[in-house]
Order: sequence, then C-alpha cells, then structure tokens
Amino acid sequence: MDFFVEPAFFVLCVPIVLIAAILGMRERPLGRYGLVASVLMLALLFFRSIPSLIFFGAYLLGSLALYAWVAGLFRKEHPKAVALYRVALACQIAPLAIYKVGVLFAPDFPGFLGISYITFKSVQVLIEVRDGLIDNMTIGEYLSFLCFFPPFTSGPILRSRNFVTDLRTPLSRDAYLERLYRGLGWFVLGALYKFVGSALAHWGLWMAPAVISVPALSFVAESFCFGLDLFFDFAGYSNMAMGLGLMLGIEVPRNFHMPFAAKDIKEFWDRWHISLSTWLRDFVFMRFSSFAISHKLFKSRLTTACVGFMINMTLMGVWHGITPDYIVYGIYHGVMLAACHYLQKKWKFYKRHKRDRWFVAASWLVTMVVVFFGFALFGGYVVSPLLGLSS
Amino acid sequence: MDNLEKQIIDLIIEITDEEDVAEERDIDLFEEDILDSMAAIELLVAIKDNFGVTIAPTELEREEMNTTNKIIARVRERM
Repeated sequence: MDFFVEPAFFVLCVPIVLIAAILGMRERPLGRYGLVASVLMLALLFFRSIPSLIFFGAYLLGSLALYAWVAGLFRKEHPKAVALYRVALACQIAPLAIYKVGVLFAPDFPGFLGISYITFKSVQVLIEVRDGLIDNMTIGEYLSFLCFFPPFTSGPILRSRNFVTDLRTPLSRDAYLERLYRGLGWFVLGALYKFVGSALAHWGLWMAPAVISVPALSFVAESFCFGLDLFFDFAGYSNMAMGLGLMLGIEVPRNFHMPFAAKDIKEFWDRWHISLSTWLRDFVFMRFSSFAISHKLFKSRLTTACVGFMINMTLMGVWHGITPDYIVYGIYHGVMLAACHYLQKKWKFYKRHKRDRWFVAASWLVTMVVVFFGFALFGGYVVSPLLGLSS
Repeated sequence: MDNLEKQIIDLIIEITDEEDVAEERDIDLFEEDILDSMAAIELLVAIKDNFGVTIAPTELEREEMNTTNKIIARVRERM
C-alpha cells in the first residue's frame, strides 16, 4: 500500500485519526498509540515485498543498536568514544550508500521505500549524541521517531529532539484540538495541491510538446509545467504528511513556504524542501565550515562559504540518485549559491541598490529563471538528451 | 563591563568589522546583516578557541544568539 496515493491509505487514515482525536480530547498521551498505528501502517507499506520488510527490520534493529552503543560510549566517557562514533556513523550511512550504488547496476537491488529519509533521521541522532545534545532519549522513543508513519516515505525530515519533546509533553484538550484543526487544514490543502494543482500542471506538461512546435519555446513551457508539477506534487504530499502528523499530536515541520516568492537563490533554498536544506545546512555545511575554519583550510571566509555550498549541494544532487541529471543538478545549485553569495558580499552595485524596487523585481526574475532551469535539469530535460540517454 | 564581555565583544568586532556591536548590544545581528550563517560559525569556532566553550551548530536556535548580549549570556552559561 503506497502512502498518500492509494485510496486504501486515505480510508485507513480515517479510523486512525478518529481514535487519536478521541484520545487527544480526553487528554491521553498519544505517543504509544502513534507507534502502534505506525507499525500497522508500515506493515501494510511493506507487506507486498518480503525482502524489503526484512531489510527494513534489519535496518531498524541495527539503528537502535548503534544508538544504544554510541550513547553508552559517551555516557561512560570511553577513551576512544570519538573514533568509535565515527565507525558507527559510517555503519549508519553504509546501507543507503550501498543501495544508491547498487541500483546503478541492478534496478532491483535490495532496499526499502523510505531508506533515504530514515537515514537522515538516524544519522542526525548519532551526530547529536556526539554533540552532547541527546542524552536521555529512550530506545522506545527512538523507535517511535524512526517509524512515525506520516513523513516516513518522503519527509519532511523530523528532528528527534522536537519529536521527543512532543512525545513527553501532555497536551491539554484545547492544545490538542488546535493541532487537530490545524492538521486538518494542512491535509486538505495538501490534497488540493496534489490532486488538483499537480494534475493541471501534469496536463500542461503533456500538452506542451504537442501544441508548441518551436523547440526552444516548448522547452520553456515544459520546464515551467514540470516545475509546477514537482511543486504541487511534493508540497501537496508534504502538507498532507504535516497535517496527519499534527492530527496525531506531533509537530511536523513545514517543508515549503512560497518558494516562487524567493528573490535570490539562497532565499529559494530557505523556502523549498526546507527540512532537507536545513538538515544539510546543520549537518554538512556548518560542520564542513567549522572544520575548514579551525584547520585554516582557506584564506577567506568567502572562499570557505563558496566551497561549503558546492560540497553541500553536490551531495544533495548525489543523494537524489547517482545519475548525470541529478549530479549536474546538485553542482548547478552549488555554483548558483556560491555565485549569489559572492555577489552579495563583493558587488558594490548590489549593496547600493539591494533595497530598490526595480532591483528586487529584476532579482526575482533572474532567480525564477535559475530555479526553473534547475527543474529542467532535475527532470532530465537537459543533460540526458545531450548525452543521448533516455531520461 | 567585565573581562569576558570585553573579550567577546572584541571577537564579534573582529569577525564582523562593525564597531556598533559594542554600543548597541540588543540589536538583532542577523536582521541588520551584521552576522550571517558563515560569520556565526566563525564566531562559534573563535569562542571554542578562546574560551574552551563548545556550542554545537544545532544546539541553539537563532533567536537564542542573535544579539551581542545574548551571545555573552550563552558563553557565560557554559563557562
């Protein structure tokens, strides 16, 4: 059963939310109920493929064991804690890395739906244990965090400390009802995005090459429709996941915040797939920058930032898949962010005019061209045809 | 103004090139474009080097360290 796609999923959500609402209105804690509902839903997600069910189970057990081990190392102040933590981190990333390389050679390489997103969650937990920010999360809480079903297959990426705080904080009847109504609103909006917005954009995407005969114009129309399709589909899904999470009493972070209002490419990444871009910012960009600054790898802060953007976004591209389209997409956004950052720091004209209305308008227009060309790269409309590959 | 305050203010001035941070200690440094995420990381590294105080990148929300006074308070809490 695919989440947020098959009618059976939506039908099952009705009793799940109803029971949560009854418990919530009686001010009962929802944590254990959320875990039971999640286990049930994940069983339905995986039941058609026994290999992925086994792989998922093994991944889950391995992650719980790694967490318990690393937390123990730091609690006991083991002399080799940091070195062993690095081993644990490598083990935690390995299944995803092997899977991503494996599918290049065999499309049916063993894996399971949601392996990318669960890896973000498990990796972040190990890093924050090492930072001393997580010290009393129980194994049961960690299991609930990894299995929580609304954002399981495609995010938004949850943060364990917020999730555990939600699990532990009893909600008053009014506080729960506020989440229930807010969640319902997001769910309905998400469904409209996905089943109306995305369908219209999809229709446009299908029509464009048929009605526009000039190749360049057809490319522009296709890129535009593909970008809108991607937005409505993904933001729709994210909003539904957020709404469902809220109805189960958990604050799921917002993943899209008017991305097409961005006036520069940095702002775009503050508005598009926010839980991914902030995850990369916190766990890749900032770690790399901090390492580079303390080891004096580069002369200036500007160079450090530009290299950091390149690494960050290339990794983002590779994470989507090791294909020419995704890798170029990642590098492209790295270059655009670095260029944007450089201009904002060094270009005197920018500093003089950045608040002028005409400049903001021009900047928005340039940003949208950059963004939609990026979508064309992502969708396989540029690199694959150039290389003669089918996208 | 004690010694710690002075040292931290000097660090912020060195990183941001803005003398105002010593006087106007409650302005939002991110809103005023004095700090950006890069300069903030540099500040965290400098705080670690100078005071032995480690603040992890995800430990604090931006609202917890967006003014000179708040930065001083966060370091003092951890000394």
